[in-house]
Amino acid sequence: MTHLTLTVNGREHALDVPPSRYLAEVLRYDLGLTGTKIGCDEAECGCCTVIVDGQSVDSCIYPAFKAQGGQVLTIEGVAQTGPGSQNGGAPELHPLQSAFIQHGATQCGFCTPGFIMQAKTLLDENPDPTDAEIKECLKDTYCRCTGYAAIISSVKAAGEYMRTGTMPDAELPPVKEPLSQIGQPLQRPDAVDKVTGAALYTDDYTFDGMLFGATLRSEHPHAAIREIDADAARALEGVHAVLTHADVPGDPRHGLVENDWPVFAGGAYPARYVGDAIALAAAETAELAEQALALIRVEYDPLPSVTDPREALQPDAPQLHPDRPTGNLLKHIKVRHGDVEEGFAASDVVVERTYRTPMTEHAFLEPECALAVPAGYKGCLPSTSKEKAESDHESDKLTVYVGSQIPYSDRRQVAKSLGLDDEEVRVIGTLMGGGFGGKEDIAGQIHAALAAHVTGRPVKILYTRQESLIFHPKRHSTIIRIKTGAKRDGALVAVEAELYGDSGAYASLGEKVMTRATTHATGPYVMPHARIDCYAMYTNNAPSGAFRGFGVTQSAFAVESNLDILAAELGMDPAALRRKNVMRVGAETATGQELSESVGLLECLDLVEEDIKRAKAVDSSLPSSDPWAPVQVGSKRYAWGIAAGYKNTGLGGGAPDKAEAEVEVFPDGTAAIRTSSAEMGQNLVGVLAACTAQELGLPFEKVHVTVMDTDLTPDGGPSTASRQTYVSGNAARLAARAMREQMQNVLAEKFDTHPDVIAFHEGLAYVDERRLAQMHVAELPAAGANGANGSAGGILPGSTRSISFADAVNALLAENRLPKIRYEYWAPQTQPLGTGGDMHFAFSYAVHAALVSVDTETGEVAVARVISAHDVGRAINPLSLLGQIEGGIVMGIGNALTENYIVEDGIPWTERLGQYKMPGIKMTPRMDSHIVEHPTADGPYGAKGVGEISSIPISPAITNAIYNAVGVRCLALPVDQDALLLAMRDGEKEIDGHWGQTGPWLASNGRQPH
Amino acid sequence: MARWRAYHTPATVSEALSLLHEHRDKARIIAGGTDLILDMEANQAAAPEALVDVTRITGIDRIAQEDDWIVLGAGITHTQIESSPLLRAHARCLTESCGVIGGPQVRNVATLGGNVAHALPAADGTIGLLALEAEVEVAAHSARGARHTWQPLLSIFAGPGRNRLAPDQMLHAFRFRPTQARAGNAFDRIMRPQGVALPVLGIAARVRLDAALRRVEDAVIAIGPAGPTPFRATSAEEALTSAKAFDAAAVEDAIAAAQAQASLRSSKYRASQAYRHEMIGVLLRRVLHTSVERARMNEAPAGPAGA
Repeated sequence: MTHLTLTVNGREHALDVPPSRYLAEVLRYDLGLTGTKIGCDEAECGCCTVIVDGQSVDSCIYPAFKAQGGQVLTIEGVAQTGPGSQNGGAPELHPLQSAFIQHGATQCGFCTPGFIMQAKTLLDENPDPTDAEIKECLKDTYCRCTGYAAIISSVKAAGEYMRTGTMPDAELPPVKEPLSQIGQPLQRPDAVDKVTGAALYTDDYTFDGMLFGATLRSEHPHAAIREIDADAARALEGVHAVLTHADVPGDPRHGLVENDWPVFAGGAYPARYVGDAIALAAAETAELAEQALALIRVEYDPLPSVTDPREALQPDAPQLHPDRPTGNLLKHIKVRHGDVEEGFAASDVVVERTYRTPMTEHAFLEPECALAVPAGYKGCLPSTSKEKAESDHESDKLTVYVGSQIPYSDRRQVAKSLGLDDEEVRVIGTLMGGGFGGKEDIAGQIHAALAAHVTGRPVKILYTRQESLIFHPKRHSTIIRIKTGAKRDGALVAVEAELYGDSGAYASLGEKVMTRATTHATGPYVMPHARIDCYAMYTNNAPSGAFRGFGVTQSAFAVESNLDILAAELGMDPAALRRKNVMRVGAETATGQELSESVGLLECLDLVEEDIKRAKAVDSSLPSSDPWAPVQVGSKRYAWGIAAGYKNTGLGGGAPDKAEAEVEVFPDGTAAIRTSSAEMGQNLVGVLAACTAQELGLPFEKVHVTVMDTDLTPDGGPSTASRQTYVSGNAARLAARAMREQMQNVLAEKFDTHPDVIAFHEGLAYVDERRLAQMHVAELPAAGANGANGSAGGILPGSTRSISFADAVNALLAENRLPKIRYEYWAPQTQPLGTGGDMHFAFSYAVHAALVSVDTETGEVAVARVISAHDVGRAINPLSLLGQIEGGIVMGIGNALTENYIVEDGIPWTERLGQYKMPGIKMTPRMDSHIVEHPTADGPYGAKGVGEISSIPISPAITNAIYNAVGVRCLALPVDQDALLLAMRDGEKEIDGHWGQTGPWLASNGRQPH
Repeated sequence: MARWRAYHTPATVSEALSLLHEHRDKARIIAGGTDLILDMEANQAAAPEALVDVTRITGIDRIAQEDDWIVLGAGITHTQIESSPLLRAHARCLTESCGVIGGPQVRNVATLGGNVAHALPAADGTIGLLALEAEVEVAAHSARGARHTWQPLLSIFAGPGRNRLAPDQMLHAFRFRPTQARAGNAFDRIMRPQGVALPVLGIAARVRLDAALRRVEDAVIAIGPAGPTPFRATSAEEALTSAKAFDAAAVEDAIAAAQAQASLRSSKYRASQAYRHEMIGVLLRRVLHTSVERARMNEAPAGPAGA
């Protein structure tokens, strides 16, 4: 221990800490200033940015003693507290903090403190920065949610406020028919906490007596484990437990769909990928736990491994799960529609290519963390809900704190492996620093729970970024051979496709993901004949599972690329080819579903095409009437490319899809809405609050939302498949509506009138005299249609019969009615693939166009502008909706241009975040985003999902644009500038490999490698 | 995870050298730490006993004009370099190369000495310094106090990631000549968008034109990576200075010479040999044109006021 003196946020601290502490550790763990986040431990992501003596630094690898005697400013010190502040000593937000809230620049919030600190260094020197200066300042500060557009506009807005005293509003696309709460850009309920550093993620919680867990992982992609000798590790002072497969009291395996993933490899279960857990050490400190791991001796018997999904299908391939009757074949998924032979015979043009997409990484900025508190532990229970303050924790349940997309599934899997009943376990969701599908599977939940159970102490397991990269399920890499046939006039006739998906060592959601890739492999087009076969394969690579787009990202790349090739062969405009074939109301999908409503694809196409033409007209000296013709500027050639896409909302395929929500009203005039559904940054909490407030006629901020707690909230199901706005949104809406109806009944008696004329608006309940007057002349329309909650005309001036919402609740209580209602919402029934029935209850649609530049000297590719239109049914909150769209688009740009999780023969090459480039702010293009609202009948106010569709068409739009610019077709992602340049030099028309993946797959592609 | 057990912040060079000497090879010098700590975290075994932080040594971050040299302390940060009017006037190839490394948070702490000591053949700052024909001042421990010697920059590189400094030696400063009349310099590089922080290729050039502003009298060209250590393309320099005029043919000759002399490799997931070969052409064309343009604008010796 050495003496360290620091002044942090104006307060001097004298500390005795080890000389090896990093500044972020001192701030977070020694001073409890948890607003500073740690995202990577490699000065790569910028989450940990603080200001030391006036200069911003990445505190995660900044030795604390470098700051000896210095001044440190953290996010907690940015808001001004003082007697001068207007609201009586409460902190007054810095203009950047206010702007981040108003412009929607905070979603999951994990990167927000770093962005605010870094942007502050810019505005302190220059309150009028250009876009280029903002991008330069924030170039190494990463956000995975927003796509950065909102961040740029926030920084500009804050600067304007600092210069002029006026904060400009965010620019939002128009929405059709806003209601009082629906269609409004309402401030997300967690926004202030997220911009001030008060927001708590799992690693921000500590408990007295807490131990730290560290996980030993397999070094081999496939190996039997002969022996584990942990005696030396157990003997190390400060180590409380070393757990292996022998210590799992209940089910030794877990899994979301298949129960195939061992809690610990060892014993009956070999290690099946590098990263499989073998042992867990729990110790007094994280350092001791790591030291314990180093003392564990594991004897492996390496087994032959298989790391290519096509080889995995061969009969002589090494078998990963010998007990499975289908061997390495996780699932053969088939779509059969019409007769493809007949279809191709009737086609005038047929194109066939093989495409390849890489494994990609969610790169949520918060690495996984799980914290378990044993049953019977006495101590302080932190608050995870705005409804409840901190309280004494004395629970007879084993409690797991975790940022998880599926809290009830975690509870089931934890209980099962510990041999407990579900009711003996409680899962409490903390805030989550992004998920994107990567926090659906079990990470440290079972290990932490088991260690807490065994040691009787709280145990926290925080993964390092490097561990997170190696361990968690990825987006499937795929190989997709696709053949598309069309008539001379462009009418699509047939598609035949064969997909291989690398599901890795464990099933995770692999079968579901690849099913979606398969059923969406016609694209959003009328396709009379289709034969699509998909092989989801086990291999010794990291598991693959859910990732925004859920398989459709991959097949859309193949479908939309083939469509542009077809357009070129037909001599047709690519937009016209799409226009001829797009799904419309009345169309039938290849799985036999008739689309009876809510198909806004044509409108999306119209809006995007008009915008491109407008851009071309305004732009420069283009004589060409061809919107796809390239333009040369210096060494760069610019061109537009277009692609369309669709994505189901909800689980579909016959899976029961339901969510439960509970509403409660209080005599203080507030309400609470509760469901376990996960908030991971997308602002589900805002959607739930808006639906509830709309139905109860309450101001938005009077509704408290509690999510992700298996004791306090009913099951909302998984946050996956773009389903939560629809399913949990409906549960909240209908729970609140049921409550409203109950209150209407009570008040109708009180006012001696008809329940249907009791209206709720802005915190009042009143008799709608106008409606009453109408009632005397005609039958009333159905109450509550369009969510107008009986107050369509607003409060009638002069209504004398009104009481406050609070008194309305009192009236309810006086009648001995329960102020709490649970509603279980069941989404419309769907049918399994192959039955010809409706597989999905809704689809969202989108068209994306990208203006891309290719540097013809270097092969460098950049996206300058994206025009998009999304049919989302109904915009519930346009600010959050725009955040989903822009974030999805930029994530899709990464998918096209930068992202590639590289594994060589089962050994991860991408071990650090610095080796995995997600798009930074410099890659953010100008984005023009149209919202198209073709409501779906059963969705809340007509809404359907948007979380995934925004990320789907963008990749092929970019590669189509590259083709339009330089005449080279990219058959593999990410686009390789090296190969692109050499192809341009050598006159090659197609590139189908990229680094490390130019090998064997080309041979079986039946094409010559370049 | 295994980390150092002591952290020293000496105020003088001799104090720093004594600490290094005491710990033998069990101590490491830390400046910004942005490379060192990543390397340490990646290789658990190599944790040193002690870190000796040299950034608080008086004068270690100086930028000065001394005699006929521009002198930079080895602890100068990339941010200080970027924002120095003196360096912008005399060493654009250095301000440009140091300006593209990392983001501001990294550049605020990462030092030029650290960039050079890390000895990567593609280190941007090093390539910029090399084109300036910089010398490096090495301070060595001795019984009678610190011993300082100036030596050519290239003399301290042993191989990729390895320098020739003994455990009780440190980089203390760099120096190079101010830009003369009719001289100019520039840096440019190519990055790969996927997953590698190191450039595919970086080139810095410095030229001086004749009085008629027609031909290149003097040229220095630094390329990285084009071998195990930072590389001077001497045959390309010769091709330029032996040409009768600076024209397209001279540039193409220089490119061909550089391509012939450089030992380019394919580095996995970063760049193919063929691509690097092409990029020598693209970058050299770009930096030579920029340098010559700057030389033509630079009729009189530039001072900070001109920046």
